[in-house]
Amino acid sequence: MNLQTAQMVLQIATLLYFISMSGYILFLFNQKKIYQKTAFNLILAAVAFHFISMMIYTMATQHVPIQNLSQSLSLAAFFLGCMFLFFQYKFDLKILGVFASILLFAIMVIVWILPEALVEKNIVLKGFWLYSHIVLVFTGEASLALACGAGILYLLQEKGIKTKRPGFFYKRLPSLDFLDNVGYTCLTTGFALLTIGLVTGFIYAKVIWGRFWNWDPKEVFSVGTWLVYAALLHLRLYSGWRGRKSAIMTIIGFFIIIFTFIGVNMLLGGYHQTFIK
Amino acid sequence: MSKIILIGINHKTAPVELREKLSFSSEETIAALELLKQDTDIKESLIFSTCNRTEILYIPGTGEQVDKIIEFISHHKKIDISEFKSALYVYKEDEAILHLFKVASSLDSMVVGEPQILGQVKQAYRTAVENNASGVLLNRLMHKTFNIAKKVRKETGIGDNAVSISYAAIELAKKIFSDLSQKSVMLLGAGEMAELAVEHLLSNNVKQILVANRTFKKAVNLASKFNGQAVKFEEREDALKDVDIIISSTGSTDYVLTETQVKQAMKKRHHNTLFFIDIAVPRDIDPKINTISNAYVYDIDDLKNIVESNIEQRGKETVKAERYIEEAVVKFRKWMENLAIVPTIKALNDKMSTIVDIECKKTLLNLKHLSQEDMEAIKRMTQAIATRTIHDPILFLRNTGDHRDDSLYLNVTRQLFNIDLPEEE
Repeated sequence: MNLQTAQMVLQIATLLYFISMSGYILFLFNQKKIYQKTAFNLILAAVAFHFISMMIYTMATQHVPIQNLSQSLSLAAFFLGCMFLFFQYKFDLKILGVFASILLFAIMVIVWILPEALVEKNIVLKGFWLYSHIVLVFTGEASLALACGAGILYLLQEKGIKTKRPGFFYKRLPSLDFLDNVGYTCLTTGFALLTIGLVTGFIYAKVIWGRFWNWDPKEVFSVGTWLVYAALLHLRLYSGWRGRKSAIMTIIGFFIIIFTFIGVNMLLGGYHQTFIK
Repeated sequence: MSKIILIGINHKTAPVELREKLSFSSEETIAALELLKQDTDIKESLIFSTCNRTEILYIPGTGEQVDKIIEFISHHKKIDISEFKSALYVYKEDEAILHLFKVASSLDSMVVGEPQILGQVKQAYRTAVENNASGVLLNRLMHKTFNIAKKVRKETGIGDNAVSISYAAIELAKKIFSDLSQKSVMLLGAGEMAELAVEHLLSNNVKQILVANRTFKKAVNLASKFNGQAVKFEEREDALKDVDIIISSTGSTDYVLTETQVKQAMKKRHHNTLFFIDIAVPRDIDPKINTISNAYVYDIDDLKNIVESNIEQRGKETVKAERYIEEAVVKFRKWMENLAIVPTIKALNDKMSTIVDIECKKTLLNLKHLSQEDMEAIKRMTQAIATRTIHDPILFLRNTGDHRDDSLYLNVTRQLFNIDLPEEE
């Protein structure tokens, strides 16, 4: 059990993500169920390998693999895979796999491209509150990523119907109602997880630094992201922002998440800095 | 070699009055198969009868027996031959196989791509099997037919395009709403077109149907017909908050629903989706309503466009389906030819064995000084010579190559070795 094994297993997982993506793209074009089924099982296998790789790493180094940006992204991909499996199981929205598998593979490519940063032993990165914080925020953001995927599919389908030119996607995508529903469920799930995730983050900050709020840029942007989603949910519930507007908002929201995830630390620094070395 | 022949009429060759006269009920089919079975000139048979076609597929024992079958139909259905002879088509061999494949794949249907036909063909085959009317050849042919029909359905888009306006509208509704049984429909105007559309919707089990008409009495009549509810025409704007699909077909010259009305209704219904199907000319629904978010308006022209592009698409898919079918016909033909090759080879082997046996017996009778082992050795050697001699010709027969005519070589072989196939005796 050493780092090389962990790397190798992660390579297998990446390869599986890639084949799965190819399968989903084939499915998008010729709609054969066998491709979708195979691709789905491949994601399942990839997530399993991904998990094993992280376990080996943890055992070898006595650290959870969130020590640098590459590892955090890899962890994000893992949680995205998990959430995709969960929502696929719940809704059976086959076409969402196209979005999820492309995103998964893209993240993994970035994981491999990023230079291996030196991992310092950081005693701060331990404890129950931290792990809850990480799991909740990552699963929350993964759900919101899937909400964005559902939003993109919604817009594709909506455009065809609105402009009265049902095209390539018309037959391949399910009904607007259904896509909206999936997006909404992903959104509420993600929002709930993110909310609790932020709270655990504050508690963790209190435990480590003695204060709930430190004006760390990442804190500020995370709360900003949270407010955007809160506003979207409010508009949806009380002002009827459903359908197209809601879909556009989830897509914008996801871009803000990506910026908060990567951009803030790179540009502004702060104590989340460690994760992006 | 056995022939495959198909005789029939369909919606393209015969009007409905004639098709009715020639159609076989399931009891009649069984009785007819029984009669055909007793006829020694007919080896295998299958009768396929739907409202659009009646076809008899059979394998004759000798000749083609076309006249006999036509007479049989005339006699069985008690109709004069002259009445239906001109509507009949007779397909033989590859043409018959091609036709059968096309029928089962729904390429020959009145509504191309309709899915029921395959089930009907399967039923006809089951009847033939149950009555022992089909044999090796038809069994194989029918299984190939089901395979190709499934392949066409699965790999071409022939069955999934809506080619009628009301059907296209329902398909659209299904792409907008996930579950039509939870949705309510309002009819504006109680005309014939509206009735037709509702009939389609009803088969999808909608939650509720409201009917609004300027003449309230008509609305009540139509509503009672569909188990719906009549509302006053003036109430239509108010009803917008409760319904999801609006089908409009009034004779009004002005728009019966305007953008402002729908905008206000949208607020009341928390911006839940509204779908307007406007089949009236001139139009009833203000086209500007389509710009309101979560509201979709399709008028008769929009629907016609979709139907036309679907028909075009279906045309493309038909070409693809025909290619699959032609390939399948070629494959089946090969199988049939092989059927003739195998018995030829067997007959050839038998003939050689017989010669060896006879000659060995003759020779060994005069060589009494040989031991038992010597005799066995001589027998084995002569048998080996015979086998070796015909080994290459047999290899050649088994694989004459695609560019050569198998039946020609089979014929030559049979003549050279003077072999008669049992079937041809």
